[in-house]
Amino acid sequence: MTLTAPMRHRRSVWSYWRFYLALSPFYVLFLVFGLYPMVSTILLGFQKWDGFSARQFVGLQNFAFLIEDSTFWLALKNTIVLFFMSTVPTLAIALVLAVMLNSAVRFSGVYRIAYFIPNITSLVAAAIFFAAVFSTNFGLINSGLRALGLPSQDWLGQPWGIKIAISTMIVWQWAGYNTIIYLAGLQSIPKEQYEAAKVDGAGAVRTFFQITLPQLRPVVLFTVVTSTIGGLQTFTEPQVMVGNSGGVGQSGMTIVMYFYSQAFLNNDYGYAAAIALSIFMLVLLFTAINWKLVGGRGKQ
Amino acid sequence: MRWHWKGVSLHVALAIAGIASLFPFYWTLVMATNTTADIYRFPPKFTLGSQLDDNVRAVLANVAFFQSMGNTLVVAVSTTLLVLFFDSLAAFTFAKFRFPGRNALFVILLATMLLPAQLGAIPQFQTMAAFGWVGSLKALIIPAAANAFGIFWLRQYFQSSIHDELVEAATLDGCGFFGVYRNVALPSARPALAFLGIFTFVGSWNDYFWPLVVLTNPDHLTLQVALSSLNRSHGVDYSMVMTGALMAMVPLIVIFIVFARQFIKGATEGAIRG
Repeated sequence: MTLTAPMRHRRSVWSYWRFYLALSPFYVLFLVFGLYPMVSTILLGFQKWDGFSARQFVGLQNFAFLIEDSTFWLALKNTIVLFFMSTVPTLAIALVLAVMLNSAVRFSGVYRIAYFIPNITSLVAAAIFFAAVFSTNFGLINSGLRALGLPSQDWLGQPWGIKIAISTMIVWQWAGYNTIIYLAGLQSIPKEQYEAAKVDGAGAVRTFFQITLPQLRPVVLFTVVTSTIGGLQTFTEPQVMVGNSGGVGQSGMTIVMYFYSQAFLNNDYGYAAAIALSIFMLVLLFTAINWKLVGGRGKQ
Repeated sequence: MRWHWKGVSLHVALAIAGIASLFPFYWTLVMATNTTADIYRFPPKFTLGSQLDDNVRAVLANVAFFQSMGNTLVVAVSTTLLVLFFDSLAAFTFAKFRFPGRNALFVILLATMLLPAQLGAIPQFQTMAAFGWVGSLKALIIPAAANAFGIFWLRQYFQSSIHDELVEAATLDGCGFFGVYRNVALPSARPALAFLGIFTFVGSWNDYFWPLVVLTNPDHLTLQVALSSLNRSHGVDYSMVMTGALMAMVPLIVIFIVFARQFIKGATEGAIRG
């Protein structure tokens, strides 16, 4: 394991300078652009500051205002609703596709590439595309409804329509990515386990719930955690589709969008910092919940 | 013959999902090759038109497209090269050497992955202002020049793919630390570096939040921010905006298809090991 030859005398820390030098770029950048901003944001959460005049210590005022601020709660609600509307279908579709793909021998490589492409597509371009598809005047969805004799909808002009459009885009962009992850998980399950189940006379459904799903648990945990961290920080999709205001009734306003507009459009930096801290707490809370729900029972 | 029908329906389902994945690209192409009036028609036109030239010219007239793409390229290429160098050097050190504080430093590295990037955007902006980097591409490149994910991911790779004997042999041959890194670590890590390189390039190319915040000069943007502002200011000229979207996605899709196999393999290995 170790390459430093055993030595009788203690080596000075300085004799390892090459290693520390090799590690230094990441840690220096983290100190300047990661840790310092984080500490500074925490302090800023207790201050009032417009970016120009002197900072003023205001105690818990920002947080007190946050609790009373209906827009904050609306943004929080929108974020969580959007998270569920997009993550549940994304992961369900991904699991089904992965199981199917796992039993398909032919064209598997082509399917994989096709499913993955939405994930590397620019969020801005995809948001422009989905806004066009859900457009009231000419959108493909409304054309389809009209062709079926159904009334067209003002998708991006209605609170629930905005949420449907945004979550459709998220599902499109992430279902394929998660399919590939699940597929890799499925392929790492030992074949003997399936053969043993067959000998025991287990059917396809029982095999799936007794072998596939438990074996897949760490991979499911991975996808749920990454979807949570990404989902709670949704910004580009609504910002491009319905603008900084969040659209009609601010129904597309997410919590990161609210942070962005308070910080960089209103220059209310102290308040924005309080919002940022609440986002961080939310991510930690959700990650812990996921861990308990999906990961906790793994040892049984 | 039951298995046969099962096989057919399987491929039908998989193919439908594939079409759903790829259809938006075709539809973008349809909108980009027709006029805005065609787009408004009912029933919609499903075939490609001949207006692409005009639409491209309109995009070029309304936004500094090539300049923005040039900026994006500079940012994506330099970020990728710096990440590959710094991350592999750190990952190799973590994977193959012992030194005081190694474990503590690695725990710190893992913990940083939990921090949402946007959290520090305000002080980061102030730091950039103090450095005089607001509006400059440096503000995008330097903070992204090394990252915890890449170090973590490459470390896994180095641990499993490079034998200690190889490193020892190279050391006995007179290679110093940096010599071992160059002659042993880098050549053996090519597939892992390829994945990390594409991953970083794609992420950098598509980045939106931070460029939107820090690129304050409207004449000096990255592609994503330029595209978003084109959408906001000329939203009614759909065929032109869709052409802009098409032009912004095509280079990346071409790059992706060339490296797709390696990239998908890398993406799944990272998830399974992590």
